[in-house]
Amino acid sequence: MSFWERIYLPAILKGMWITLKHFFKKKNTVNYPEEKRPVAPVWRGWHVLKRDDQGRERCTACGLCAVACPAEAITMTAAEREKGEENLYREEKYAAVYEINMLRCIFCGLCEEACPKEAIFLTDRIVPSDYVRQNFIFGKDLLVEGTTPEKRIDVTKRQKHIVEKAWH
Amino acid sequence: MSILLLYDIAFILEKSILVLVLFVITLTVAAYATFGERKVAAFIQDRVGPNRAGPLGLLQPLADGVKFFTKEDFMPNAAERWLYILAPGAFMFVACMTSAVIPWGTELTLFGLNVQLQVTDLNIGILYILGFTSLGVYGIMIGGWSSNNKYSLYGAIRASSQMISYELAMGLSLIAVVMLTGTLSLKEMAIQQAGINWNIWYQPLGFILFFTCALAECNRAPFDMAECETELIGGYHTEYSSMKLGFFLFAEYINMFIACAVIATVYFGGYNFPGVDPGWLGGLMGPIVMFAKTFFFIFVFMWIRWTLPRFRYDQLMHLGWKALIPLSILNMLLTGAGVLLFEG
Repeated sequence: MSFWERIYLPAILKGMWITLKHFFKKKNTVNYPEEKRPVAPVWRGWHVLKRDDQGRERCTACGLCAVACPAEAITMTAAEREKGEENLYREEKYAAVYEINMLRCIFCGLCEEACPKEAIFLTDRIVPSDYVRQNFIFGKDLLVEGTTPEKRIDVTKRQKHIVEKAWH
Repeated sequence: MSILLLYDIAFILEKSILVLVLFVITLTVAAYATFGERKVAAFIQDRVGPNRAGPLGLLQPLADGVKFFTKEDFMPNAAERWLYILAPGAFMFVACMTSAVIPWGTELTLFGLNVQLQVTDLNIGILYILGFTSLGVYGIMIGGWSSNNKYSLYGAIRASSQMISYELAMGLSLIAVVMLTGTLSLKEMAIQQAGINWNIWYQPLGFILFFTCALAECNRAPFDMAECETELIGGYHTEYSSMKLGFFLFAEYINMFIACAVIATVYFGGYNFPGVDPGWLGGLMGPIVMFAKTFFFIFVFMWIRWTLPRFRYDQLMHLGWKALIPLSILNMLLTGAGVLLFEG
């Protein structure tokens, strides 16, 4: 090593110059809950159970999604629609309990493809983190969309995707 | 007789208040140095750092403090009980003591009173500082030994041998300054460096040596052999938890603050800045300048930590004994020759 290399100081100053440049560089951090990274329109996230145009649940509890699910994340209990509940459920049979374990779910979207009633869709909403495992079992309260227009969850992009696939 | 007593009481009161204020400032600076450290680290690594607790994350030190206090206070079964408890306190005490001789400014005019901005103007200020920094090694050594853990002991041994080795070069590089200024009092040194007549212009080599030794004395990277998480888990404070650990970490930041203040006083003119009279704003200008310099050096300390990798132990000893000590002796000789030639 030459004299200047042996006294380290030029190398140290060079290193410090590099870190100083980084000090003033633009930061890459995305402040997550406030800021969100843009995702693809076909992003597969938090599921939604759709209602039809009259606000009735589309799901008929046929169990095809649960069968299709490779991670066995979906459980449901079916119930028969009573008289006077026609405004709540579209079909004569409905899911009294519908649970997806978000820790098991691999967000593959096979439930969506299996569904004959176009009731379940994956949306671009990201499943929030939690401290308790129990809270990751999402029931109907977290899955079924609201009835009012502003509480409806838009899945047109995903439907279009399905439609396009049907064409091919 | 009574007038004399009154004067004494006033004197004691003045100094007590000054000590208290200085203590609070030191603790605050140390607390925010931990925050600054994390911010500097984050910025250098292209991150944003802590920004959740309060605006801009400014309450982070408070949150850390609360966390330290509420953590379980664990003590190993085989620990030497009293020494184990004593060590963090001793380390903290020694760290705080050093600030007493640093001149933060000239005089502060408060309610018609002239308050000297220095707790005590010891005529052997530098000796006092060197003495107390070498006592600091006891806190580490006792802490590491009394926890009865091999990693702690390794950390403590490394820390003590490192601190003792680097103290030599530190003292020798300071001797050159003492020869130049002809005084051991820090106040006197600060007065001599009025304007831009700073010691750094006469002692560039001495400054580099002193700065390197100060890094080593504070156990800061690249000389953080005492802790080195990657090898020794946490070094001498491996077995410590809760606020006892907090004391150790805190005292290290206090040490860093004091070391930076000493660097600013001895080499960079203390409270002097060209074109600025330390007497402005009723004497507040001195401390402002002094703190600005100190904070700058704290930043440099952090900047170095997040730039350089840790030395290997043999490299550390090699640097200390075979490079810094001969160089500081050379620096001493050169300074002596210079003093003889120009001031003789």
